[in-house]
Amino acid sequence: MDHTLWSAAALSELWRNPVWFKRENKPKEKIENKKLQIPQGLWIRCKNCKEIIYKKEVERNFDICPKCQYHFYISAQKRLSLLYDQGEYNTFDDHLQPTDPLKFRDRKKYRDRLKEYAALTGLKDAIISSEGTIGGYRVVICAMEFGFMGGSMASVVGEKIVRGAERCLAEKIPLITIACSGGARMQEGIISLMQMAKTSAAVGKLAEAGLPFISILTDPTTGGVSASFAMLGDIIISEPKALIGFAGQRVIEQTIGQELPPGFQTAEFLLAHGMIDMIVDRRQMRSTLIKILSFFALGPPPQGPDGQ
Amino acid sequence: MDFEKQFVELDSAIKEMRQLATEWGDSARQELKRLKKKRQKVFYETYAKLTPWQRTLLARHPDRPYTLDYINIIFSDFIELHGDRKFGDDSAIVGGLAQLGSHKVVVIGHQKGRGTKENISRNFGMASPEGFRKALRIMKLAEKFRKPIITFIDTPGAYPGLGAEERGQAEAIARNIYEMMFLRVPIISIVTGEGGSGGALALGVADRLLMLENSVYSVISPEGCAAILWKDHTKANEAATALHMTAQDLLKLKVADEILKEPIGGAHRNPTMMAHIVRRAILRCLAQMSRLSEDKLLEDRYRRYRQYGVFRELVE
Ligand SMILES: [Zn+2]
Repeated sequence: MDHTLWSAAALSELWRNPVWFKRENKPKEKIENKKLQIPQGLWIRCKNCKEIIYKKEVERNFDICPKCQYHFYISAQKRLSLLYDQGEYNTFDDHLQPTDPLKFRDRKKYRDRLKEYAALTGLKDAIISSEGTIGGYRVVICAMEFGFMGGSMASVVGEKIVRGAERCLAEKIPLITIACSGGARMQEGIISLMQMAKTSAAVGKLAEAGLPFISILTDPTTGGVSASFAMLGDIIISEPKALIGFAGQRVIEQTIGQELPPGFQTAEFLLAHGMIDMIVDRRQMRSTLIKILSFFALGPPPQGPDGQ
Repeated sequence: MDFEKQFVELDSAIKEMRQLATEWGDSARQELKRLKKKRQKVFYETYAKLTPWQRTLLARHPDRPYTLDYINIIFSDFIELHGDRKFGDDSAIVGGLAQLGSHKVVVIGHQKGRGTKENISRNFGMASPEGFRKALRIMKLAEKFRKPIITFIDTPGAYPGLGAEERGQAEAIARNIYEMMFLRVPIISIVTGEGGSGGALALGVADRLLMLENSVYSVISPEGCAAILWKDHTKANEAATALHMTAQDLLKLKVADEILKEPIGGAHRNPTMMAHIVRRAILRCLAQMSRLSEDKLLEDRYRRYRQYGVFRELVE
């Protein structure tokens, strides 16, 4: 039974979503758009409510559909700039680069895949480690990038989360992670599985030191990422309608031989079953974090509430 | 199993020849001798160079000894404990108190079923959250009374079902991994058959990880991997090789500490002998760790997991 399946549905949806990724061979929606004579690039169709919406308006609206409030995928960089004071932050551990320890090759070489995704995202692996202030409170945020191999976790992602936690320990500041991942990366085999233990251990060190760990879940958070650090937050927050779970939906369907009930494995489903603390709209995420950080802080923000 | 078929054929030829030997005399006896020699040669040659996929099949062999088989041979006075005190009792995981020589220990493991009926009640060794939570409860008990923990790993993976997801499969696995990292007693894990991904790791955060010669341990099943990466589930053979999931691979990758040699042809050909090999290994590990202070034990365990990962640090 594979539990580290990337959520195949989410992955294919992402690539079909014409908003953020331009592809050479135009996906179906584009063709439909043409029939409807919508100027390409200016208008998009919401994959949730299927309404045609003005792209600029979506972008102005934190990449949320103005008609149905669906939260579109956004890059890790964009997420960070929405959360930090003035949208400013420093990245660290950018110099960590994946290798190919197993010389993994399926229909394609892992090495080549890494190069492709690096070119596509401008990142070396599926995560950005960053430091800055939110409401004046200094924090480390490790944000996963789904656009890099489905946000899958292998050596570099694991190491960067642990180093992020270690930076928090050294500076006595909270850790925030933003999960956006289909799970452990197959191409690094058992080493990827061990990252579940490694990241969970690092989170444990924060707990020992009495430092808060806030875990933000976004669409999707599944497999080895949900079954490790992402589900271990002192506070667990999810974006609305995010797919969160352990096993991939197709695997479950195949195992139980029936279709999944509507809303299964959504953030709302998890909230109802007691698995997460709250669902927060992207537009309120920053202010929510500030409230939580100020609760855990020992005093007023050292840099002042505006991060000045 | 495909590669076992040739022995079945040879065995029946030998049996036939043995019957004929009484009628035919010398010539048949010579042929019998030749066949027996051939069988032995083929047998040794086959098992000397098993492919990763063949080892996977052996690890899943329906006659392979399971956790309770090992417990019954290795330990005395096993007292099985039940339930997670929260929701239910998952029989895909067994656990309890046991005696091993002069050591009092806590034993926990995945439990597959023998035959269809038992397999359904054991859910083929695929645990639900209550199984992992039962395991954690018993491990906490071990910590409270300072008893070493022995875990047996043999699962296709955590159960991918509706109820399992509803009750927090991801959280249950994460919690076990997290808690095991900081338990103040020695933990020895033995992969006896299949180490299926997160469901295996949820019992497998340990100070010593031992693997049976024909056991496997992987981030994903070769079938699942083949379906996703090759878009063809029949490429499991290739995926098994690519994933580096055999005991031999994991020893090289420093995930496993030791390989426990199996009787030729696999553990199922001599479960008693296998169990004694496992028993000796557990005693050896217990002796090594009894000299460590609790703090040193935890420090070593943290360092062990901290160092997993292969990457390059570019000079800026
Ligand atoms: Zn919409």
